[in-house]
This record gives sequence, structure tokens and C-alpha cells, in this order.
Amino acid sequence: MATTAAPPVTLTNEEILRYSRHLILPEVGMEGQIKLKAAKVLCIGTGGLGAPIGMYLAAAGVGTIGLVDFDVVDRTNLQRQIIHGTKDIGRKKLDSAAETMLDINPNVNIVKFEIALSSENAMEIVKQFDVVVDGTDNFPTRYLVNDVCVLTGKPNVYGSIFRFEGQASVFATKDGPCYRCLYPEPPPPGLVPSCAEGGVLGILPGLIGVVQATEVVKLILGTGETLAGRLMLYDALNMKFREMRLRKSPDCPICGPHRTIHQLIDYHQFCGVPQQPAEPAPVSGEIEPTEVKSLIDGKHNFRLIDVREPHEYQICNIPFARLIPLGELPRRLAELDPDEEYVMHCKSGMRSAKACDLLRQSGFRNVRNMKGGILAWSDKVDPSVPKY
Amino acid sequence: MAKILIPTPLRQFTAGKDTVEVSGATVGDCLEALTAQHADLRKNLYNDEGKLRSFVNVYLNDEDIRYLGKTGTAAKDSDTISIVPSIAGGR
Repeated sequence: MATTAAPPVTLTNEEILRYSRHLILPEVGMEGQIKLKAAKVLCIGTGGLGAPIGMYLAAAGVGTIGLVDFDVVDRTNLQRQIIHGTKDIGRKKLDSAAETMLDINPNVNIVKFEIALSSENAMEIVKQFDVVVDGTDNFPTRYLVNDVCVLTGKPNVYGSIFRFEGQASVFATKDGPCYRCLYPEPPPPGLVPSCAEGGVLGILPGLIGVVQATEVVKLILGTGETLAGRLMLYDALNMKFREMRLRKSPDCPICGPHRTIHQLIDYHQFCGVPQQPAEPAPVSGEIEPTEVKSLIDGKHNFRLIDVREPHEYQICNIPFARLIPLGELPRRLAELDPDEEYVMHCKSGMRSAKACDLLRQSGFRNVRNMKGGILAWSDKVDPSVPKY
Repeated sequence: MAKILIPTPLRQFTAGKDTVEVSGATVGDCLEALTAQHADLRKNLYNDEGKLRSFVNVYLNDEDIRYLGKTGTAAKDSDTISIVPSIAGGR
């Protein structure tokens, strides 16, 4: 036998006491707890899903936990990212998450990767771990995580959330389906709103993240039935759990018998997301909030249209503006006179840019987008308007 | 009447309804009936060629219709059709 093998993993007396409720479970026991201690799990993202995943995996005694994040804690994160606290606003999420996890369990070895996972670095990082947990928030990274897991043969514990709804599964196990078997292609950019645009119930990632953490622990212990081959759907609003059968697709481009993808690709291109986000509208079609204020004060003849949703209008609004939600705009165009002058606004300028495009395509000639939306209005014109 | 479960991202196109009951002999007919009632849903379910979009999966009870008869799969009144689009949120 090789003499260079690492010394066998054992538990200290402190750990035996700490994990006593695991050790007396026959399904875990000393053998399982040692497996957990020897395991290396990579958590991609330390946000909504990553928070409960990181905290519970640390508590459970997973020996090595890699964290990938490059973000900084923001006040709007705290409604759901319970691994971070108010005192952490402005800190690197990696530092804040690691501190919480080490407070829960100082026996854990945390490896920080302060990067955006990319085709260039993903293989090298994922190779160092046994299991990957996907807690990201965008389609390019989800396809990247899937592909790197398939190519390296590491299980991908998947979770995803939107508003009140969550999905979870385990992809890329030895004979199981992968994310591309489920969804061969991503939606075009802009069609599915992100949590930042669409909102999310703060508790929802807690539940889905805990499901992911559970699956990680089961994969390490080799016990129970994982979600491989099943898609769990959760609807918090109606408190319903459902489950769909998930099959390995014979046409899957990365895990099927006739696969066409043999290495990582350009995921931004694949998902139709330009690397350098394009300006939402030509600069000539934009107007500064301060200029809009001057137009209002000068009683200039123009219409200011707020294309946000009614519940956002309730949070804050510019009294002069008329509310027409973007989704209703196509069928309410008849309410607007194409010969008049328009300024469109939303929360940050993305939806109103779409509204400007729609109006211009419909023959409106004088349409401008208020740069930065009502957030910029709050910054530059009226600080009494709350930001959300 | 088969029951179609509408996922959160698409409820804005069904006046907030999470369930719509429709009649139809096949899953395709049921989806046709659904989009006839809620026209705005059509472009979110079908591409320009009239095919189901590849990021929207449709299940008859718990089985993906891609592995049954696709939109030609027969639907009974007691069946539940689920529309499950891909979502990516996590932060």
C-alpha cells in the first residue's frame, strides 16, 4: 500500500460531543461523520441560497467548504441572506459568510474564492471538490456550473428561486440527468426577471437552500434517495410541494450519447448576454432626472410615464408621473398621443428603456428614458423618495 | 376539464390565476385553450414558429411531455398539466 496516504480522519473529543446527535443516528454514526469531515463541498454564491447552505454544512461538520463570491453585502440582501448581518453591510460576502460559519463551527476549513466563476477558472476550482452546490442567480453561471460538473463528474446540487416559487434537484450524478437535460436552452435575456427585478420572498431561499444542504449531506453519506432524476417544485404561496420526473435526455448536448460539447464554452454568448452590458438606450434618447425636474418646474408640455408595477408605485412615486405598467403598455398605447413628448421612467432605467423602444417602434417620435430611474431621482433630485 | 397549473413567472399573463381549467383532447389542445383565454401568454409559451419554447417544460401529471407524445399527448379530465419554466434566481 502507498505510504504517502493522508492520515486517517478522526474526530476530536470536542467534535464527538458537538456531533453527538449525528453520531447516535444509525444512518450517520461515526463512519458518516468522518465522511462528512473528509468531504470537500464547493458552494457557488453566498447569497440567498448560499446562506443556509453554508451555515448548515458548517454546522453538520463538512470538513472543507469552498465559497465562491465576489460581491459585497448590501442592505437589500439582509431580508434573506441570513449568513450576513447589519454589521456586515459593505464587507465582502466571503469574509462575512466565513466569519458566521466559523462561529458556528471552528473545525471547518473554509476556502475562499473571490472571483466570478468563469470558463477560464471553473475546471481548476471544481476539480478540488467532491460536490458542487449551485446557489447562483443567473443563467450563464447555471449552465457553466452544470457543464463543469458534467465534465468533471461531480454532482451538482441545484436550487433556484423566483418570487414564491422554488426548484431543486441533483444533477450530473453518475447515471442521472443534468441541467441541460431539463432545460436545453436558457430563455432570451430579459424575458425572465431576476429576483432584483421580480422580487423574492425572503424565507424562500431558506427552504430551498436547506433542501440543497440536505442533498449534499446525503450524497456524502451515500444514504437515502437523492433528488437525482426528480425535480422538486415548491410553491410557498400555496404551501405545496410537487415533484416531476426528470429523465436523462438522449439528445443532451453534454451528457447524451452524441454529445457535442466537450469543453466549457462562452456562457454569456450562449445565454445571449453581452459581456459588456450594452446601454439600455442610445444616449441621445436619455434624459437626466435633474433635467426632468427642470421640465416639470418650467411647466414644459410633456408626459412623464412610470412603467413600474402598481405595488412599486405605492412604495414611492413622482407625483407628476402617470402609471402604466410595462406589461400593459402595448394594449394601452391608444391612450397616448404619438405627437406629444414623453419621458419614461421605472426603478433603474431598464424597463423604461424597453418602453421607449416600444413607443418608438409604434411611431412615437419624441421619447426619452429617464436615466437611472426613480433610484437616480432619489439620489439627484429628491432624497425624501425612498430607495428600494 | 383538465387543470393547468400556472407558475409564478407566468401568472402576470393569467390575471394572477395559479390554476386554469380547460377542455381539450390533447395537451396541445389544452394549451391552445389556455392561450385563447389568456392571449398574452402565447408569446411566452411558444416561439415564432409556434413551437413550445425550450426553456418551458410541460408535464402531464409528473411526466415530461417530451417523453410522452409531446403536445399530441392525450389529456383526460382528471389530469393535471404543469408548466414549469426555468428560473435562475438564487441571491
